[in-house]
Amino acid sequence: MMSKEALLNTALMALLLLVPLGAWFADEPFLITLTTRAVIFGIAGIGLNFALGLGGLVSLGHAAFFGLGGYVMGVLAYHAQTYTSLMTWPFELPGTTAMTIIWLVAICLSALLALGIGALSLRTSGVYFIMITLAFAQMLYYFAISWPAYGGEDGLSIYVRNRFVGLNTMDPIQFFMVCYGLLLLVLGLVWAMARSAFGLALGAARQNEERVRALGQKPQRLYLTAFVISGAITGLAGALFADLNRFVSPTMFSWQTSGEIMIFVILGGVGRVFGPVAGAALFILLEYSLGGLSDYWHVYLGAILLGVVLFARGGIYGLIAGREVAHD
Amino acid sequence: MTDPILEIRGLTKSFGALSVSQAIDLDLRPGEIHALIGPNGAGKTTLVKQIAGALQPDSGSVRLAGQDVTRLSTAARARLGMGRTFQISSLAMDYTVLQNTVLGALCHRGDVFRFFRPVMKDAALLEAARRALDEVGLGALEAQRTSELSHGQRRQLEVASALTLEPKAFLMDEPMAGLGVEGSQHMMGFLDSLRDRAPILLVEHDMDAVFSLADRISVLVLGEIIASGSVSDIRSNPLVRSAYLGEDEAA
Repeated sequence: MMSKEALLNTALMALLLLVPLGAWFADEPFLITLTTRAVIFGIAGIGLNFALGLGGLVSLGHAAFFGLGGYVMGVLAYHAQTYTSLMTWPFELPGTTAMTIIWLVAICLSALLALGIGALSLRTSGVYFIMITLAFAQMLYYFAISWPAYGGEDGLSIYVRNRFVGLNTMDPIQFFMVCYGLLLLVLGLVWAMARSAFGLALGAARQNEERVRALGQKPQRLYLTAFVISGAITGLAGALFADLNRFVSPTMFSWQTSGEIMIFVILGGVGRVFGPVAGAALFILLEYSLGGLSDYWHVYLGAILLGVVLFARGGIYGLIAGREVAHD
Repeated sequence: MTDPILEIRGLTKSFGALSVSQAIDLDLRPGEIHALIGPNGAGKTTLVKQIAGALQPDSGSVRLAGQDVTRLSTAARARLGMGRTFQISSLAMDYTVLQNTVLGALCHRGDVFRFFRPVMKDAALLEAARRALDEVGLGALEAQRTSELSHGQRRQLEVASALTLEPKAFLMDEPMAGLGVEGSQHMMGFLDSLRDRAPILLVEHDMDAVFSLADRISVLVLGEIIASGSVSDIRSNPLVRSAYLGEDEAA
């Protein structure tokens, strides 16, 4: 017999697959794109949730990684499509339109950025950590705005979506399947990591740093590792998001983006592996349904978020599946 | 005489004008239980913190198994073999009893940076954890969430967690507190047998426990060791009687 949580996971993943498939049969590409957004936002949220839910690191600067992933896609594709090089000295570095390479670069650079931001930010905790991560993301935001080479404030458009072996990525359903596959992969990895030795130690550090120190381990090293993994996942989501829109702009670096990623996590259920996916799906659903009613739909979103924080701390997952049971 | 496992020399610490540790000398020899007693506010916990590495002394030194650890972090001292239990239970409250103990065994083995194999299916860790739980008498509660344990059971879990480290010396801050009569008896029997594996520096309020368990007793009053010796020495020491025992009886 499946637990409530496993049932909810299955229902959620089935819904995310069946909606775009149905839309494909009904020839409603807009719905497919909408679900693809939910899937990509879900991946971004899973990234943040790894640091926030498992490690207790409240980062309000994950737009830094989301945006970096976006610009990796934008810059590499721009150079490939204009037949120019990123640099010519000391060696020539061409752009690329191969998605897999773009993802790898996005993951590696985001991990590196997270290592830098984490190493500095993790000297603080609590409110100071929130503020310093926010500050780093804002720095990148203003840098992106003021750097004219890649569009500055206007952002950077890509005419054709990047290539993935054997697929026509301009076909919405095919690009959706690519994103959905990546979501499954990321979920699997995070699921395994939450149950690994690292996950056990990280969760213990979140609950009680003193205990972990008394057992001979340094919480800071666990936090930094978690932050790097977290940034890498959100960076991958950024690259996908830019590819979905064929457009990247400084907005991806903005604090509103950081806030939205955090909303996915809180709506879904902090610390639950599938939580951010549910949160992102609900967010997109609200944006679509409420956004049709009024331009000021964020007011309603705010009210719902308040309700969740006040009355349903565990988000959707806490509400439906109850408290998390200990992993075996 | 054998070399002490834990050797504290001239440990001094003050907070402003308040002197909490005054040139404290203390050692822990193989095979013994050395009890540290003293009235409330004597500076016992401050001393334990300095020995464990949570607080830096102003001067003096702490040596563990011959190595100077005075400037080392809590984590480094734990890796060198200091097994600590806390006065106020310090555990991962959302974890099960077994998870908390596996955590100890894992940290002792040292390979926390493994990302994919499920840790709660690691046979070697489970075996070490279950052995420690059985020793303290928590074997039947391994699936219980730690936050649902009684205070006494949390103490037992602290001890089990320290056991998984296979330490060279135990540093126990009131392991008997809140245990109840039966629990206390069981824990005393257990600590009694534990001293052969590694010596115990025992901070304890329960006088019966101290007098029946300890090989040696040191008495801390206002940050100073006023007496140190065997149980009978301490019982008959007039300074101790007036400073501590008398007060205890009056209360």
